[in-house]
Amino acid sequence: MKKIHAQHTGRHSLRHALMALTLTATTAATAQVGAPFIHDPSTIMECEGKYYTFGTGGGGLISPDGWTWNSGAQRPGGGAAPDAIKIGDRYLIAYSATGGGLGGGHAGRVLTMWNKTLDPQSPDFKFTDAIEVASSITDEDCDAIDAGLMLDPTTGRLWLVYGTYFGYIRLVELDPKTGERVKGNKAVNVAIDCEAGALMYRDGWYYLLGTHGTCCDGVNSTYNIVVGRSRKVTGPYLDNVGRDMLKGGGKMVIGGRGRTFGAGHFGRFIECEGVEKMSFHWEADLDQGGRSVLAIHPLTWKDGWPVGADQFKPGTYEIESERRGYSLELVVDFVRAQGGMRMFGFGGGNQQPPQPVASQSLADVVETWPAGDVRIRMADYMARPHQRWTITPAPDGSGYLGGPYYKITIAGTDRALTATADAEVIATPTFTGAPEQLWRIDMCTDGTYRIMPKSVPGHSEPLALVSAGDCTPALAPFDFKSDNSKWNFRDRSDK
Amino acid sequence: MKHLRHIIAAVAATFIAAAAQAQTTYPDGMPSNEGVKPQLADFFTPVTSTAASPDAEGFIRRWLLLEPINKPNRSNTVFTDSYLHTELGKTYFKGQLTTTPKDGQKVTVGEQELTWHAYDATRYNVKLFRFASGLEKQVYGVIFFATTIIECDRDLTDVRLAVGSNSGSIWWIDGKETLILSGDRRMVMDDCMSSRLTLTKGRHTIWGAVINGPGMSDFCLRFVDAKGQPVTNIKATVK
Repeated sequence: MKKIHAQHTGRHSLRHALMALTLTATTAATAQVGAPFIHDPSTIMECEGKYYTFGTGGGGLISPDGWTWNSGAQRPGGGAAPDAIKIGDRYLIAYSATGGGLGGGHAGRVLTMWNKTLDPQSPDFKFTDAIEVASSITDEDCDAIDAGLMLDPTTGRLWLVYGTYFGYIRLVELDPKTGERVKGNKAVNVAIDCEAGALMYRDGWYYLLGTHGTCCDGVNSTYNIVVGRSRKVTGPYLDNVGRDMLKGGGKMVIGGRGRTFGAGHFGRFIECEGVEKMSFHWEADLDQGGRSVLAIHPLTWKDGWPVGADQFKPGTYEIESERRGYSLELVVDFVRAQGGMRMFGFGGGNQQPPQPVASQSLADVVETWPAGDVRIRMADYMARPHQRWTITPAPDGSGYLGGPYYKITIAGTDRALTATADAEVIATPTFTGAPEQLWRIDMCTDGTYRIMPKSVPGHSEPLALVSAGDCTPALAPFDFKSDNSKWNFRDRSDK
Repeated sequence: MKHLRHIIAAVAATFIAAAAQAQTTYPDGMPSNEGVKPQLADFFTPVTSTAASPDAEGFIRRWLLLEPINKPNRSNTVFTDSYLHTELGKTYFKGQLTTTPKDGQKVTVGEQELTWHAYDATRYNVKLFRFASGLEKQVYGVIFFATTIIECDRDLTDVRLAVGSNSGSIWWIDGKETLILSGDRRMVMDDCMSSRLTLTKGRHTIWGAVINGPGMSDFCLRFVDAKGQPVTNIKATVK
């Protein structure tokens, strides 16, 4: 980031919350709800059942569920572009004290401080004194701002990257016990002409993320997140065509899309094996007054490269198993469609020009369906009414990290997909909003989906929709290594 | 004595250039000069030899650079294609795009008297910001002009001019506009490329104009062949 933005004031929160909820109910659920206004968000931290992110200028956002965000997180020191990491049972916050900017001086300081909790209401909430771990003088090829922290899972060493467009992105080592700079450590340059650096590790590769494009220009911001990777944390970080990030290289992870622009300040959140999220800000969300907002999108991986995926969009879908390719349907009689056999072009068939054949409609078959609960199975998709599911955000506005809970009903009906106490799934005649009828839909790192009920009656452990057999669904613990746990959504809005 | 000084300078320049070319990758990270103000000599050395090959990656490091022309801009977001054609297409001084200046030659642009400097960049990129700051000239709200001559000992067909610049820039070969990089740009190697070109045997002049409001300014330039490989069998000279 290069400019310090005014923080959102609570007076406007309710109005924005109402606006956001209205938008959620009427349009695609593609942004966090509440008052998710923030610039330069830190990596999201989970603490005692709540989620936290800090932004430029002090303060930050809190969410009880990861979907509805409001101001309330507290961080002393002001300054710019913090990052956060949990080490052991403490949280380390890094932020920058700087008065710089592209056209100004570039003197800056990166500071770190600890807290046992991020909950301002907790009696344990107390930040330690901030200590300086890196700095830049006013006329140096680096701007000590935009901190990014990573604890190397292979070595336990703690690393910090910082810097902006003004010169280099630098890497230094910190002591994971104290948060201080390792004595004698010398900074190395790892990238040029980018900012908002972040580090992550996966499968033997270190990834350096940075932001290119124009910052802080509202709806005209072209900010976008790019990445390079290296076998060593000190680099060289090369992009997908072999360009060193010290030469400006970088493969785009996410850029503007839809009505949101200016992706910056990457943070990774690993939910479990196979389900990852990336947090960042949109410099401008046109549906939220063009303001800078927190964004949480699925983080997927393709050929060893991170890809920022789109959030799930409400609509009418075929729900296809990754196991066999069969699709979820009501257990009802298969009703043959109009059309009949053709003569395959032999002999004296019908010589009239071909005419479209109408698709089978709900009205054609709905009277044949049982009135009560109906079991669910999978079969080959034939675009029949008992196979088409309409998925919309749950009306209660509840959610999870990065998305709302969804109501899943047979298109044109209120028959709702429902988890049962015996860990099976049925369609009930009506949607009641009960937890077993609320579904979270998370894109997995391979682009398939995990589908989970909010809760299953009588079960405390989280269960996901799985393929017990080719044609038989059930609920069981999610296993990313098994295609039984994965699903695909095929857009069938047009049958 | 003067002759000896030239020999020492030439040897030193050769050593620095060789060291710079060897440092294209850094196995333990590129050392930083944390807390140190960069100096002109960190980025440029005076030209002493007659002609210079590109570095191993094809980047041309030998340039004549004109001290920055005053052109205030508070933001780089105004650098549209039209803006660049208007502002960089103006004639600011006599001989612009047509006559290769001499090292130390002065030109007048408005009320500014500006000097051309012949330099070899010590890095793949020509750090215009440090050229300006090193000469204690203004660093923000500026237009830089750069020119060099390349010598081809044979016809080179289907090559492309590849440039990255911070911020917008226009590039001419033999007086013809060949490439434009518009918008609020960061310098990225091979960011934009020209259409396929034929560089005939002989000498060709390259001119570039780089505009910048706030922030860092630099460029990197090379030619790549039909397979995208760097062209290294050329020479660059400023005479």
